[in-house]
Amino acid sequence: MKAWTWLREHAVLFTGILVIFYMLAPIAIIALFSFNDPVGRFNFEWAGFTTQYWQHPFAVTELTDSLLVSIRLAFMTAIGATILGTLIAIALVRYQFLGRRAANLLIVIPMATPEVVIGASLLSMFLVYGAKLGFGTLLIAHIMFSISFVVVVVRSRLIGFDRRLEEASADLGASAFTTFRTITLPLIAPGVASAAMLSFALSIDDFVISNFNAGSEVTFPLYIFGANQRGIPVEVNVIATMLFTVTIIAMLAVIIQQRRAEKMAEKREEEATSSVASLPA
Amino acid sequence: MKTLRQRMVPYWLLGPGLVWLALFFVLPMYFMGELSLKTGSLADGYQLTWATQNYTDAISQYSTQFVRAFYYAGTATIICLLIGYPLAYAIAFKAGRWKNLMLFAVVAPFFTTYLIRTIAWKTILQDSSPVVGFLKFVHLIPQDGRVLATSGAVIAGLTYNFLPFMVLPLYASLERLDVRLLEASKDLYASTRTTFFKVTVPLTMPGIIAGILLTFIPAAGDYVNSTFLGGTSQAMIGNVIQSKYLVINDYPTAAALSFTLLVIILAALMLYIKFAGTEALMGEDEEPA
Repeated sequence: MKAWTWLREHAVLFTGILVIFYMLAPIAIIALFSFNDPVGRFNFEWAGFTTQYWQHPFAVTELTDSLLVSIRLAFMTAIGATILGTLIAIALVRYQFLGRRAANLLIVIPMATPEVVIGASLLSMFLVYGAKLGFGTLLIAHIMFSISFVVVVVRSRLIGFDRRLEEASADLGASAFTTFRTITLPLIAPGVASAAMLSFALSIDDFVISNFNAGSEVTFPLYIFGANQRGIPVEVNVIATMLFTVTIIAMLAVIIQQRRAEKMAEKREEEATSSVASLPA
Repeated sequence: MKTLRQRMVPYWLLGPGLVWLALFFVLPMYFMGELSLKTGSLADGYQLTWATQNYTDAISQYSTQFVRAFYYAGTATIICLLIGYPLAYAIAFKAGRWKNLMLFAVVAPFFTTYLIRTIAWKTILQDSSPVVGFLKFVHLIPQDGRVLATSGAVIAGLTYNFLPFMVLPLYASLERLDVRLLEASKDLYASTRTTFFKVTVPLTMPGIIAGILLTFIPAAGDYVNSTFLGGTSQAMIGNVIQSKYLVINDYPTAAALSFTLLVIILAALMLYIKFAGTEALMGEDEEPA
């Protein structure tokens, strides 16, 4: 009876943990199969352990080239989308203006449109104009679908912003631009940085929209799609595992850094209050 | 009184980004609509003939794939809600010090490429895999049955790939829930079940609806899962649009199908925005004073 009550009390948590295992299972499979030594072209069945693919992860030139194209594209997308999206977010949070509802709609709808429709419509336009499909059309498309996500991330950072800091800066005679550069930008920088990382991730992972607008350019996901017919090389698993590990280490570093900064701030505040308290009355 | 120059500032800030969206999101929709009403061929060029039969032909010919897409996406969305809600609830209220780790696990799949994740499911569900062996052992599937190239495999793939889109908005709305209301309900002698259905669920409704939209919409247009995990009889409308555009080059039909999908999704979205505003999808919109 007691066991039953205990189980019931923790049922939600158990379900949660079970679902987490479900989320992580495919990632474990990807990592595991990067050590597989497949028989034949297809890497779907476990055949034996080897580290040979980890020793030469960049041996397949087509794969490496596609990865470089993707990284270049994601880098440029992140810069473009972050600038355009941050400006929109500032306007939305800081200013009253006519047409705000329309602006909000224009930002929300792309996030809620199926990717296949976005890809197809862009291709329709490029066909009409006879535009040459390639890196340029990919960059246009990637910046387009990343802008909305940048706006959402930066906006949430701006909403929790103490505007008195800017007023203080203005009171001390700083110009609007100086205030923006020395007060606003540093304070929203974490939001802008995470928006940039998000658009980088969205771009490097995009398949559907790129599938429509790449022409003969091959990005990393497009390479995998093409290779699926003739068998995906084990190197893909190696690179995927490497990317996953690097991202996680980077994220952990950011989190630890933030915690340390928070603790430092707390400590400083404590010292400040105690030194004020010890002042002679 | 603000000067004209001051009043123009927000438009200068909005300008570049919104122009980009207008040129490369709104305008392409117009061109796709126009293309869907043209006749002709790739070799001879296309003329605008207001060919509305493109739509009637396309819809009657591919109604199966439309229905299948909505059926797969709908089923996946329901499963996501049923397993996502307990997960979000556990993270918000039960996880304690494991909260961040669990949240991290929810978004972890995003750190591997979408296509590779889907292919990993192909590995898990292939005919001789231990998972399929187990399903045979417990007689969930027949001894000579398979999981790959069935509706089940495609729905499982969709469920897996879009689950985070369900969990994150659910978690956000559960996290904001005022726990005192749950205590009040308990104090007034409501059972756990009554509290859940009369207090928790109604108060997290914005999260539930946002989660449903964010899961259903991308799933309905998806063709990656059906390509990798399904067979030819699991083709969804996304597969048809993709092959019409990129393989067969039958642009008017493809554009008509794509436009129809857009209209259906937008109609649902507009209905939602009319009742709930844009908040649930992009956070609260406070007008600055």
